Amino acid sequence: MTNAFLEISNGEKIAREKIPHLSFDEFSKTALLVVEDGGKVVQFFAYEDDNDIKFMAVLRTDKLFVAGCDAPDSYPALSKACEPFHMFEREIAEQFGMRPEGHPWLKMVRYHANCRDVPDVFGNDYKEDIPGNYNYYQVDGDEIHEVAVGPVHAGVIEPGHFRFNCIGERVLHLEIQLGYQHRAIENLFLNVQAKRLPILAENIAGDTTIGHSLCMAQAVEALTSVTPDKGAQMIRSIALELERLANHIGDLGALSGDVAFLPPANYFGRIRGDFLNLALLLCGNRFGKGLVRPGGVRFSLADDIRETLAERLKELKPQVEHVLDLLFSASTVRARFEDCGIVSTYDAEKLGLVGPAGRASGIPYDVRRSFPTEHYSQIDIPENKKPTGDVYDRARVRYDEILQSIHIIQSLIYSPVETQCVDDSNFNLPPSSFVVTVNEAWRGEVSHAILTDNRGKILRYKVKDPSFHNWNGLAMSLRDTGISDFPLNNKSFNLSYCGFDL
Amino acid sequence: MLNTLKNRFEQGCRTCGYPKEKPAVFARYRGKPIIQKDVSSDIVEACAKACPQDAIDIDLKKIDMGRCVFCGTCERISKGAFVIFTDDFEISTSKKEHLLTDGDLPSLAEHSKQHFKKLFGRSLQLRQVSAAGCNACEADLNVLATPFFDLARFGINFVASPRHADGIVVTGPVSRNMKTALLTTYEAIAEPKVVIAVGSCTITGGPFTGSPEITEGLDTILPVDLFIPGCPPHPLTNLHALLTFFK
Ligand code: SF4
Ligand code: SF4
Repeated sequence: MTNAFLEISNGEKIAREKIPHLSFDEFSKTALLVVEDGGKVVQFFAYEDDNDIKFMAVLRTDKLFVAGCDAPDSYPALSKACEPFHMFEREIAEQFGMRPEGHPWLKMVRYHANCRDVPDVFGNDYKEDIPGNYNYYQVDGDEIHEVAVGPVHAGVIEPGHFRFNCIGERVLHLEIQLGYQHRAIENLFLNVQAKRLPILAENIAGDTTIGHSLCMAQAVEALTSVTPDKGAQMIRSIALELERLANHIGDLGALSGDVAFLPPANYFGRIRGDFLNLALLLCGNRFGKGLVRPGGVRFSLADDIRETLAERLKELKPQVEHVLDLLFSASTVRARFEDCGIVSTYDAEKLGLVGPAGRASGIPYDVRRSFPTEHYSQIDIPENKKPTGDVYDRARVRYDEILQSIHIIQSLIYSPVETQCVDDSNFNLPPSSFVVTVNEAWRGEVSHAILTDNRGKILRYKVKDPSFHNWNGLAMSLRDTGISDFPLNNKSFNLSYCGFDL
Repeated sequence: MLNTLKNRFEQGCRTCGYPKEKPAVFARYRGKPIIQKDVSSDIVEACAKACPQDAIDIDLKKIDMGRCVFCGTCERISKGAFVIFTDDFEISTSKKEHLLTDGDLPSLAEHSKQHFKKLFGRSLQLRQVSAAGCNACEADLNVLATPFFDLARFGINFVASPRHADGIVVTGPVSRNMKTALLTTYEAIAEPKVVIAVGSCTITGGPFTGSPEITEGLDTILPVDLFIPGCPPHPLTNLHALLTFFK
């Protein structure tokens, strides 16, 4: 397909002058055409350049495309015609104060003042506590009641506010308000010394340390024209799969706990820890912090580490298989999982769901297959999509991916490729350049984009966690579902608050 | 049913023997830093320059564990000449200034408050408040409930309501949007109450230092009794701190 956007590759350094700078009308028209035709939005953000505000969008079909334009202070909302832009336009309105006219549901995303000191699009006074003066979506009627939960929840979990409109036990509408974890990470990226970049990336979302670290490292590598060696690529792939394993296993355990089937909940709780410990074996930290750096990895797979990793996996694999079997063969579990919280393929497409949640709803997209990085072009990843989009399918995708990830790691352990470990080092970014990276972390597509100014300083650092797409999927799954099934649906998505809130 | 029993048999008993026995952690784990005191200033300066957290005090030749994320860069670039990170996970302190260390940590048991031991030694109920970290600290607190650590066997539990709690465990650098919720939770707990700060971002801002959206140090808004450093602290570090401080 040819269009006014420029075709680019994942992790390719692009000189900014090569990026088409369109009129807003053409930008909007082309973006709408691509996305209405089944394309998706990877990144759509605003940035300030020489006192002008500009837009930039990265779209994907089976390829990646980029283009930019001048940003009007207010503009006809793209979401009006095409839903996948919805969150991005709200984010831009919040961060930069550009108003998308006719946006179907214009409300704040994370609750903070815009960076330009212009009047707030939402009319919020940020001296007041979240949620400001926002009126939650309300359903009217005698029998309707509201349930408000959070921000502080009844467990060791992150904060967020959930507002249910119910009739009896049935949820008509769930509205999710986040932003409590907002730390202004994107702005920190602009102002810190290069040595802090990896630390920031690691702490966007701790359970996705490797996913975010890879996006950051690949972006810097592309900009500085560095290619990590084969061994580093392999270790990074192993680490990303270990992260997937720990999280999927933990989530299946939690799902089991939520339907009161306690043996798998406890076994998987413990086994998840074993996988976290394998990350510690590799790099000294259970979440993989300290492993990935621009240029490669900081720790090699020394022979003794290889041995231990192989041994542990051999020991854990049958245990995992047996507990999976225990969980999925229990009729009581299936009775609760099946037909619960269905998100149709149609809705999932409109919401732009990614990762296991998308695959459970019939969208096969997997970055490892479509835009492979690191060692993934050498690995055969199955399609993993499922037909119904219920809790069962969301669990089932995890089931398949757990077995695949173990297999992937086992097949890589003994590859005799060595790596030259990198030390933390300083780097200078080239001027007037752009790069976007995507990786398939355990929740789905993570993406980072970097724009540099004419002196090589970072002008814009954009982070997108898969949760940015998928929170609306959770809200959708609750429609017409019993409110008591909220925990189950919530766990089947298990989205990140901090990754969303940045 | 048979399947359930078979699995039960295969799983066996997995609870660790801590505190009676110290479980082994893998060699690359970075626990308590031990500073080599006779190191030359050049090396310390090089380490301080490379430290992403600016956690190294050049004059005192000490590391501030409240800022440190235990990345190990200083150990690596000094080839161990400045500091070696040991496998000792018992690194919590009752005073913030004790976190600035050369490896010689005061005994936590001796610095704990005796009336806390008396009050909470047999039963301690904690409310956790997650306030804008990366969620890894929460994750490694959560695992204390798994069979391996089995926190409940010590009479320590995480509870749902602050009204049922003897104290709060805070993770994260307390964002502006979370501050009120945190303070309200704190107020809802009956006196006497305990405040525990877990993780470098809670203690000093950690990785998020410099952001105008956060609070740099929980102790600037609440009286903190127990500091558990790390990014995140190892679950055994958490366990050690809770057992030593309250038991
Ligand atoms: S281990 Fe701590 S002190 Fe050493 S470089 Fe890393 S953050 Fe700095
Ligand atoms: S201390 Fe580190 S691991 Fe813990 S929440 Fe903060 S950033 Fe995450």
